[in-house]
Amino acid sequence: MATATSDVTQAVHRVPPAPGKAAAGRTPRRRKNLTPWAFLSPTVLLMLVLMLVPIVMVIVYSLKNNVIMTRKSEIIGLGNYGEILTDPIFLKALMNTVIFTVTSVVAHLVLGLTFAMMLNSPLLSNATRAVFRVIYFLPWLFTVAVIAVLWRLILSPNGVLNYILQQWGLISEKVEWLSSPSTALIAVTFINIWAGYPFYMVSLLAGLQGIPRDLYEAARVDGATARQQFFNVTIPQLRPIIISMAMLDVIWTSQQFALIWMTTGGGPGTSTEMLSTYTYKLAFSEYEFSLASTSAVIVFLLSMVLAFWYARHQKARD
Amino acid sequence: MTTITSTAPSGGGVRQNRPASHWPAKIALLAGLTVGALFAGLPVLWMLSNSFKSNTEIFSLPPSLITDSFSFSAYTSILTDSTKLRFFLNSYVIALSVTALTLLVSLLAAYAFSRYEFRGKKALSVLIVSVQAIPPITLLVPYFGLMVVLKLYNTYPGLILTYMVFTLPYAIIMMTGYFNTLPKELDEAVRVDGGGPLVALFRVLVPISIPGIISVSVYTFMISWNEFLFALTLTKTEDMRTVPVGIQLLMGQHSYEWNEMMAMSVLGSIPVLLLFLIFQRYFIGGMTSGSVKS
Repeated sequence: MATATSDVTQAVHRVPPAPGKAAAGRTPRRRKNLTPWAFLSPTVLLMLVLMLVPIVMVIVYSLKNNVIMTRKSEIIGLGNYGEILTDPIFLKALMNTVIFTVTSVVAHLVLGLTFAMMLNSPLLSNATRAVFRVIYFLPWLFTVAVIAVLWRLILSPNGVLNYILQQWGLISEKVEWLSSPSTALIAVTFINIWAGYPFYMVSLLAGLQGIPRDLYEAARVDGATARQQFFNVTIPQLRPIIISMAMLDVIWTSQQFALIWMTTGGGPGTSTEMLSTYTYKLAFSEYEFSLASTSAVIVFLLSMVLAFWYARHQKARD
Repeated sequence: MTTITSTAPSGGGVRQNRPASHWPAKIALLAGLTVGALFAGLPVLWMLSNSFKSNTEIFSLPPSLITDSFSFSAYTSILTDSTKLRFFLNSYVIALSVTALTLLVSLLAAYAFSRYEFRGKKALSVLIVSVQAIPPITLLVPYFGLMVVLKLYNTYPGLILTYMVFTLPYAIIMMTGYFNTLPKELDEAVRVDGGGPLVALFRVLVPISIPGIISVSVYTFMISWNEFLFALTLTKTEDMRTVPVGIQLLMGQHSYEWNEMMAMSVLGSIPVLLLFLIFQRYFIGGMTSGSVKS
């Protein structure tokens, strides 16, 4: 490391006062055009084989019947799409995904902002802030498998949550949070909220620290209350971060598979079925690979619409 | 705890309010922070606590965070079980390989993006960014088919290559952004002296990019360590399963051995927790800039 650093400093000293394009101009034009592609070749190869090819494959699969399971598959046009889009379970999965995603994203935002605001308070010493920041960030560090087992234990009928709620008189009898149709969707959404807010919190905290103090000073001079400062200074300043984070979160949350699979498996019945679990089951429980591909393509198209919005918003910011 | 009280009065330098008015606000704030910390931290403590209990004590009433019959038996039963140790070995092999390879490939790509102008640069970078929005579930069926055809089904390379597709875009974006902040004169000087671009990259740029490299590595390791969907579908035999899939399998097999499940969860979380605690600064910084900029 030490030698490397001294190399750097030497290199800096050797730079002539007028650098710029002169150095780059020395390399022959042909070589200059090929070198970057040599550097990019592993990336391009990987993306070609494991991104473009699979996407073409899944689209082709979705237009055929009996793929993977037999050799006698043939193009059947859009028939699979008709079948999926009229499947009541697909529509239920779509509905559940929307509810799960919207609720999670809103709650992530509210919790993330609340925690970020508390952590940003000038009343805290740096040490206190650091300790709480680590605790608040904890949920984000656990793999979904761990989060799933942990909450299955907490939410089990004989689990600690039911005990506490009964002690406080909030429920009269034990609730089967994850295995009763009326509470399962709420339960998995809650778990997802617990697991996902830290990402917002960190970004919003950085955003809060970037807001110029004079804006608050000016607002105070004008007699703004804390509430007015929040809505007229803090929120408008954080707006770009909030919108980016919310869009990213919509893309991620709507694709959540592992958490659902390991807590409820989409059940009971179809009460927590999501687009991801629905697609997975078509492929690996029912071996309907053509229909699974069709569902996967629909999920893909929906995500592309979201990604397009996200990209357009990012562009507008630049 | 004493530090909080002693620094508070002098900490008022930022806002020139009357010091006396701080106290009610501060107590309210600490109360709020504590409620939040219980929400975030209690489930984690519950996991830790139950990993040291016996199975019967886990559901005993009233529940207690500190157990009377503290025991390591859940841990020893995992650490002496070759099947479970194999899950850990697999996870380490895969996550470390993905991290090393992603780093190497992304450094090369980022160098090209940051230091060269070439036809198709814009299109390629848009493509790489948009890959991040492709739902994993969309790729599941074709990957299953492709891995069988390529004879990579149920192998390490199959999972390693799969994970790289998901970790590379972020790594490339991060490293390109990082290189862009370093003056071009640094590596151009090496080129003027006759060193090739590889020398410029690895002798000059890499040593001063350590914070960026750490942030990318931690992120990549974490994604690969935690991945579940492809680990579940692209492996078949028990000796190829990773920790997350192992946890799920145990849950299905003997769902009543909660102490072992909790111990497994604790052990499975330690690598990421350690990485985070050690590299917190780089990691959070990288994560924020990545999410806000990209």
